Amino acid sequence: MDKKLTLSKPEHVASNGLLDRRYFLKSSAAYLTAGSSMLMGSISHAQRSYPDYMTLPGAPLSGYGHRSVNEDHVQRYISLTRGTTGAGNSRTPLEKLHGIITPNGLHFERHHSGIPDINPDNHQLLIHGLVERPLVFSMENLMKYPMVSRFQYIECSGNSRPNLASEASDLTCGEIHGMISCCEWTGIPLSTLLAETGINPNAKWVLAEGADAAEMGRSIPIEKALDDTLIAIFQNGEAIRPENGYPLRILLPGYEGNISVKWLQRIKLSDVPLMTRDETSKYTDLQKNGTSEMFTLEMGVKSVIVSPSGKQQLGPHGIYEIRGLAWSGAGTITRVEVSADGGASWTDTLLTEPVMRKSLTQFRIPWEWNGQPAILMSRSYDDQGNRQPTRSEFIQNSGLQVNYHNNMIQSWQVNSEGQVQNVYV
Amino acid sequence: MYTYKNIFVITLLLIGQLALSQTPNLGETPSQEMLSSWDTTIDPLGRGLPDGSGTAEEGQPVFLMKCAACHGLEGEGLINDRLVGGHGTIGSDRAVKTVGSYWPYATTLYDYIRRAMPYINPHSLSDQEVYQLTAYILYMNEIIEADERLDKNNLANIEMPNRLNFFSYEYELP
Repeated sequence: MDKKLTLSKPEHVASNGLLDRRYFLKSSAAYLTAGSSMLMGSISHAQRSYPDYMTLPGAPLSGYGHRSVNEDHVQRYISLTRGTTGAGNSRTPLEKLHGIITPNGLHFERHHSGIPDINPDNHQLLIHGLVERPLVFSMENLMKYPMVSRFQYIECSGNSRPNLASEASDLTCGEIHGMISCCEWTGIPLSTLLAETGINPNAKWVLAEGADAAEMGRSIPIEKALDDTLIAIFQNGEAIRPENGYPLRILLPGYEGNISVKWLQRIKLSDVPLMTRDETSKYTDLQKNGTSEMFTLEMGVKSVIVSPSGKQQLGPHGIYEIRGLAWSGAGTITRVEVSADGGASWTDTLLTEPVMRKSLTQFRIPWEWNGQPAILMSRSYDDQGNRQPTRSEFIQNSGLQVNYHNNMIQSWQVNSEGQVQNVYV
Repeated sequence: MYTYKNIFVITLLLIGQLALSQTPNLGETPSQEMLSSWDTTIDPLGRGLPDGSGTAEEGQPVFLMKCAACHGLEGEGLINDRLVGGHGTIGSDRAVKTVGSYWPYATTLYDYIRRAMPYINPHSLSDQEVYQLTAYILYMNEIIEADERLDKNNLANIEMPNRLNFFSYEYELP
């Protein structure tokens, strides 16, 4: 090695080790130059011992690819409803993924009576009620419609519920926050189909009903149905997975996940909300005074650091990248700040392009950890003027009994041994 | 034979088709049979409730046979949700949400049982049995009497104890 690699001295921008968000970017040019000379100097004339996969041809081609068996440990966290086989949820292991797109096999699940086995040749979508003319669509015909593609997240409104408990549980990021996933969804704007059925002026609500064993249904305000609601057929380029609604689901960007009804079979326009079980006994926000707010559909502005995060173990002292995800049901993320000292000082992170409306946004910032205890937090802002609340602000406004829509700031404690744990600040 | 009136109507229809032609228009008119058999929607005003009726007395044996294994002999909850009690707990530190203490509409109970219960065999109950079970669960919650007969004309009028505690800032509720 003929050249010693030198980096600019890290500039601290907030207390407890937070570095300028562009530190890695500034340093990359230096890496590049030094790297090439390192390669030149390290040529060896000794015989390399080749691994087996380099001494024989590899595996054949395949019709449908699978991930490496070495990645099989990356799994959804499954939580079953008592006494059932198909009801419950599974959560995306956010801390094991990079970027903003959730692979189809790791998208979170929430079913109320299992996954139906639907043959698309027999599946129909009926649109009726307060329309000018009821219509029924075969899948074959729906596939002929012009489609749009959008990057949207879906978040269950029960996401992050573990942190509504009075004591902080020692859980991973995905176990706490993994009922959010983000995909490129492709389908037909519902407004296109409603233009064909016509809309009776008295229609104010739109029932969406699934073809699962529970025929789960939700009422959608007609303004939303005509705005950005999609009849989604494709997920990350391929047909929607059975657990996400095959052969089609309705998708309401930024709204609580339950309303994006899977296995969609029927849409009925009505003058009143239908008051289904899932918009009355469930998915209503119990207030501190015992009243309950209904139809709190938009998800709040939120963020979470996915690395370092709960139950992880830091390695040697040095520079780490703090990495996380932010989103808002109201619009687009404009800013994410982090703190390494439990909220005493904050600094801006770098948002990774693309930053899209009602999608996941990734943020990053370098952090120097030299064994000092730390509490890592992130807080996000959107273009509608919303800021993610602290835990105490959330409790003040909503209370812990609310059960849904928890968007409070997450705190990860790092101890001097480098162990990371969920804590309340 | 075309009359002028018929031609006028046909022309109007054609204009209508032209106006729609910006989208593919591949939907088909559903049969009346499809519309009536698929439309199981029941709204909070009771519209959509089917014929039939039931009392709690009639519902008890059905409940014991088809519901008690998961919800308990008296709806107290077993391997699945508690259906009865919890009155007065909503708004306390430990809210117990049941049909009686929390649910705002009796029509929702009918609708949910009919579409989703029993969990292991949904869509197996007759409309009559659903009225009977609805009556029995409301009776166990001391909302109706044992011999009170529920049908499509009176179910929506049942006053659920927690009804007035539901509100929406954004939307008008029925």
